Amino acid sequence: MNPMAHNAKDFWTGVIYVAIGTAAIFLSRDYGMGTAVKMGPAYFPTILSSLLILIGTISIIRSFLKPGTPIGSFAIKGLVLVALATLLFGFIVRGAGMVIALPLMIIISAFASTRFSWKYSLALAAGVTVFCILIFQVGLGVPLPILGSWFGY
Amino acid sequence: MNLLYCLAGVFLGTLIGVLPGLGPTATIAMLLPITFTLQPVSSLIMLAGIYYGSQYGGSTTSILVNVPGEAASVVTALDGYQMARKGRAGVALTTAAVGSFFAGTVATVVLALFAPPLAEIALKFGPAEFFSLMVLGLLASLVLARGSLLHATGMVVLGLLMGLVGSDVNTGTQRFTFDLPQLADGIGFVVVAMGMFGLAEIVRNLENEDDRSLLVSKITNLMPSKEDWKRMIAPVLRGTAIGSVLGILPGSGSILGSFAAYAIEKKVSKNSAEFGQGAIEGVAAPESANNAGAQTSFIPMLTLGIPSNPVMALMIGAMIIQGIQPGPSVITEQPALFWGIIVSMWIGNLFLVILNLPMVGMWVKLVSVPYQYLFPAILVFCGIGVFSLNNAEFDVYLMALFGVIGYIFVKLDCEPAPMLLAFILGPMMEEYLRRALLLSRGNPMVFLERPISATMLALAAIAIIVASLPMFYKKREETFRDD
Repeated sequence: MNPMAHNAKDFWTGVIYVAIGTAAIFLSRDYGMGTAVKMGPAYFPTILSSLLILIGTISIIRSFLKPGTPIGSFAIKGLVLVALATLLFGFIVRGAGMVIALPLMIIISAFASTRFSWKYSLALAAGVTVFCILIFQVGLGVPLPILGSWFGY
Repeated sequence: MNLLYCLAGVFLGTLIGVLPGLGPTATIAMLLPITFTLQPVSSLIMLAGIYYGSQYGGSTTSILVNVPGEAASVVTALDGYQMARKGRAGVALTTAAVGSFFAGTVATVVLALFAPPLAEIALKFGPAEFFSLMVLGLLASLVLARGSLLHATGMVVLGLLMGLVGSDVNTGTQRFTFDLPQLADGIGFVVVAMGMFGLAEIVRNLENEDDRSLLVSKITNLMPSKEDWKRMIAPVLRGTAIGSVLGILPGSGSILGSFAAYAIEKKVSKNSAEFGQGAIEGVAAPESANNAGAQTSFIPMLTLGIPSNPVMALMIGAMIIQGIQPGPSVITEQPALFWGIIVSMWIGNLFLVILNLPMVGMWVKLVSVPYQYLFPAILVFCGIGVFSLNNAEFDVYLMALFGVIGYIFVKLDCEPAPMLLAFILGPMMEEYLRRALLLSRGNPMVFLERPISATMLALAAIAIIVASLPMFYKKREETFRDD
């Protein structure tokens, strides 16, 4: 019985839970446990982490005993492009400003669609950028530059 | 002025209700940063409007194009769409509107009548009661989570743990901050919500971009016949009652109400044979129930400070940022806020009827907006919204991270909703646990010795036992299967 194949959901969820729980206990070892009367900063996190490890362990054990449903395919392209577009936006919005950061974010993420087309994506980028500048910058006064510091603003 | 915000809220709510792939949780998370500049009353009125407005918009698309815009409208599609195919789309829309309006009115009265006395009782709660109440709230949210119960429990624990990131209130110890100064105040819940509900949802929708070539039914006659009116009365009453009661339960909100109302109506109705083929009862009951439930789910939020669904969790977050401590004292200390929300709900329901019936053609056009133009725009709004929270690039990076994490969890059948509730409650729970144990001199039995606290823990235990029964488990799977 290979749990990674026939009950991958339970197996990997369990592994993630155990890993996070263990890491949290490890990180909170210096925080100070305290006592029940005077709970230290590590008291509640340690309880929770132990609980998480317990749940994760049950899930792993269950993955060996019971068949589950397969995970299904990941939309890797979508995930990478959406994350990338977001990170890039955060990275350049202050320096380059909305005029550059927003169209880039839109076009990169639009690539994730199977029905991507340059014509519509560029039009969308232009429309949304103008809309956002009007609403957020002019209307609501969100402190995002239209053109950023890299251009001497 | 607040009327305008109410109108803006229900308008936006209808809009996102109509647009599939954009739910109220993500929208409210996106708009939260904007509302921080408003008065607390105005911002909460608008956010509330978005929530119940989305219930409304979701039903319109269910009926006309068989695409439920919201989870709560899934059952409306069963009979609503059949009615539309028989050329009775207008009647179905009117039924949904009238049912929703009636249910909204009743639920508003319920809220006004029951919230103050409930808060009165809750004011006597000590830390032990609050701790147990939160346990109950979190465990009850599991009962309705999709997928594996075990995984959902893990998500709750994980959410609680994540809520503790940042400075410990009592000692100032930096917990789980990895020496990043940006994490000293904890992880922003808007960041988590937008990442896990906004970004992760986008990626999930990209998995299968099916062609939404829609056959939009023509709307001819809006007016139900005398016979229709007669058949609609009892289902609307029953739906309202079921929705109001179930809406109060933690973890449910409007979804459970609409499913239960439909199931019960099918059992008791004289015309049960017609169900699934365009029975007017099958539209009236769930539509009344989901609107009633959306409104009564404010009760635990306003009186106890306990969110019953992710949207309420965001509202609590909004209150905290506005400097209002959520809990039983809200009603006495912020009467303008409490009554303002209640009055706005009734007016908002009226707006919805006006907004929806005559303008239904416009909303239908929006359904056909292809997703490939929608999601880049959603992403941009998320980006700007998160950035403007603290003017911090760091929050944008964190949102991207939570988007990835959220998507992985979705693929593993771990529902993010219970996690968000737990995330909001985490710091409060720790504080109540600390105080309760301090008062009891470290004796954990305090939670069982105090009767109210013990009752709540018993209810929590029952909830979890019921949820893990194989019989119920199967039912739950059935209920959530989108057919």
